[in-house]
Amino acid sequence: MISIKNLHAGIEEKEILKGFSLDIKAGEIHAIMGPNGTGKSTLASTLAGRNTYEVTAGEVQFNGKDLLDMEADERAREGLFLAFQYPVEIPGVSTTNFMRAAIAEKRKHHGLPPMEAKEFLALMREKMALVEIDKQFMSRSLNEGFSGGEKKRNEIFQMAMLNPLLSILDETDSGLDIDALRIVANGVNKLRTKDNAFLIITHYQRLLEYIVPDFVHVMYEGRIVKSGGKELALELEEKGYDWIKEENIVQ
Amino acid sequence: MLQDNDKILEDATNSEYKWGFSSPIDQEFATKGLNEEVIRFISGRKDEPAWMLEWRLSAFEAWKKMKQPKWQNVTFPEIDFQEIIYYAATRKKPTINSLDELDPEIRKTYDKLGIPIKEQEMLAGVAVDYVMDSESVFTTFKSQLAEKGVIFCSISEAIKDHPELIKKYLGSVVPVRDNYYAALNAAVFSDGSFVYIPKGVRCPMELSTYFRINAENTGQFERTLIIAEEGSYVSYLEGCTAPKRDEHQLHAAVVELITLDDAEIKYSTVQNWYPGDKNGKGGIYNFVTKRGLCHGKRSKISWTQVETGSAITWKYPSCVLKGDNSIGEFYSVAVTNNFQQADTGTKMIHIGKNTRSRIVSKGISAGSSQNSYRGQVKIHKTAENAYNYSQCDSMLMTDHSGAHTFPYIDVKNSTAKVEHEATTSKIGEDMLFYCNQRGLSDEEAVNIIVNGFCKEVFKELPMEFAVEAQKLLQISLENSVG
Ligand SMILES: Nc1ncnc2c1ncn2[C@@H]1O[C@H](COP(=O)(O)OP(=O)(O)O)[C@@H](O)[C@H]1O
Ligand SMILES: [Mg+2]
Repeated sequence: MISIKNLHAGIEEKEILKGFSLDIKAGEIHAIMGPNGTGKSTLASTLAGRNTYEVTAGEVQFNGKDLLDMEADERAREGLFLAFQYPVEIPGVSTTNFMRAAIAEKRKHHGLPPMEAKEFLALMREKMALVEIDKQFMSRSLNEGFSGGEKKRNEIFQMAMLNPLLSILDETDSGLDIDALRIVANGVNKLRTKDNAFLIITHYQRLLEYIVPDFVHVMYEGRIVKSGGKELALELEEKGYDWIKEENIVQ
Repeated sequence: MLQDNDKILEDATNSEYKWGFSSPIDQEFATKGLNEEVIRFISGRKDEPAWMLEWRLSAFEAWKKMKQPKWQNVTFPEIDFQEIIYYAATRKKPTINSLDELDPEIRKTYDKLGIPIKEQEMLAGVAVDYVMDSESVFTTFKSQLAEKGVIFCSISEAIKDHPELIKKYLGSVVPVRDNYYAALNAAVFSDGSFVYIPKGVRCPMELSTYFRINAENTGQFERTLIIAEEGSYVSYLEGCTAPKRDEHQLHAAVVELITLDDAEIKYSTVQNWYPGDKNGKGGIYNFVTKRGLCHGKRSKISWTQVETGSAITWKYPSCVLKGDNSIGEFYSVAVTNNFQQADTGTKMIHIGKNTRSRIVSKGISAGSSQNSYRGQVKIHKTAENAYNYSQCDSMLMTDHSGAHTFPYIDVKNSTAKVEHEATTSKIGEDMLFYCNQRGLSDEEAVNIIVNGFCKEVFKELPMEFAVEAQKLLQISLENSVG
């Protein structure tokens, strides 16, 4: 699905990603954990094509295509989705209209006509139920006046609507209470198929009790320093990130 | 990065004006320049009664003594009023009774603009008056309206057929000496629309006037008068375009609205005069006086405008709230791009008790344009419990565009309440990226963000007009991205 090789990226004089490599196959769930400021969001943004970050080296293949060659919007239409750590407010634009536009663009990209209104509404209803989101959120301005948890849930709703190949969740769990966490995890588990994949960025082990990853990677200073199965998350939780920091200084 | 973002938005602003063609219509003109002879010529061509000519001549006398206003936040070279042609009309006889008699070139012009003059093809329930240069060329649905007693015709016809109404109301809201351009208009106005809604009648369809400047070197000076009798209602729409020309053309219109007790007028404009090219060459100077008088108790006047065109826009649709419990509203979207300048806003003059007004202004500045909101709220001593709410939001698309807000508030009654809110935002990289990440191109993203920004105004427009306005906005800001 995605193959990231030796990715270097950053802003102006500062390199943030320093040789990041990772392969994700269809059907897999990968988790990335790491201390604050280590470059997790930068990785997510760089993969999604945010111009703020300049790629200085490395290559990324996504679904057989050169990802770095595409603009952000094209990457999205090709099936890459990012659930933002800090979702943006768009005044006057309802989630419904936003999704209608996004789905129309994606379908156009794949040579399909716009979705029939009836079909669209049915899809909305189905996905609203999946993330247990009230329909009043659909007509309100996108993310405006939403609580932190409501914004995150709305991100998962959008993910469900767009049915991406690869979903990157950037600290979707932070700021969620236990009920919201369960809903988000439930959404991911139900959307999981053998054809799609998830990259879940998280600071805590908590979310991984609900979404069981196939692989856990520890990121430190811009690259993966340790990989393992789901038990690695527990080990990290026990020993803390200092363990990683010390180990890397020793190396 | 900011530079990147600016580039994106700047590119979006390079779109072409799509209504810029001109039509080869056989026309006759007044001689260039302005003097008494020209005024007599215009009045004569229209077979006007003597009192009308007198009115024009006294306006001309007043105008000669007035000076061009200089207080607006716009700059342009001095206008030479002797270089303008004040009258252009088709050589064929202007009054026609059926569509078949209409000059095919005129019909073609409107077809090209996407508004075919064909009653059966028209959007259901819209009667249209077509005004080209100095004359009204055709009004649709006249007979259906007449059944209800509604008069919808060109102002020239009204002067002949309804002199009692014209004498009573023309210049009653915008007096001849009101301002420099209003006086000029009173002297040389050539045509425009006249609407009269009788007592208790709810006008059965939207009324619409489509203004088109076609001829070169001419000014357009139309005059619109709408009278809503007690308990009546009308929704009126106005659209405008002009060919691309290298020189600037002057458009100095006057619009007067009057509502009596419990009457309501809803006046919507989608203004798309030629804005000039990317380097600021050519374009319409749009200096218009629009004012509504809520004369009656509980009456209401609501202005909605979407301004995307013109090199310079200078206008303040206003409401004089004279009747107790009357209501004035102003909803505006003004988009400026390239070298366009807009100084627009409103005046709400509260005179009656419990009068209320609401102002919602959305300014969008792209390219190197300057966009100013200027609003006056005046509460007279007599206006017990008057209330005004104003909200002015500006969105900047580039670092070198400008947004300015000039609110003037003058309260003479201590029971009045006035609220004012203003915001300025720059269209953000984070917003664009968020949209991109959902698969929207930069252009789509700008479009959806701008539409969201203008939503409160668009929802005031009649449905078909709202769609047209959104498309227009999209075209005006096209390629700001990509
Ligand atoms: N746009 C930016 N401008 C300046 N510094 C940035 C920017 N993005 C990230 N950084 C810096 O890069 C480092 C990694 O940030 P981030 O990717 O957000 O880490 P994480 O998500 O792992 O907490 C931090 O030191 C952060 O301050
Ligand atoms: Mg982060």
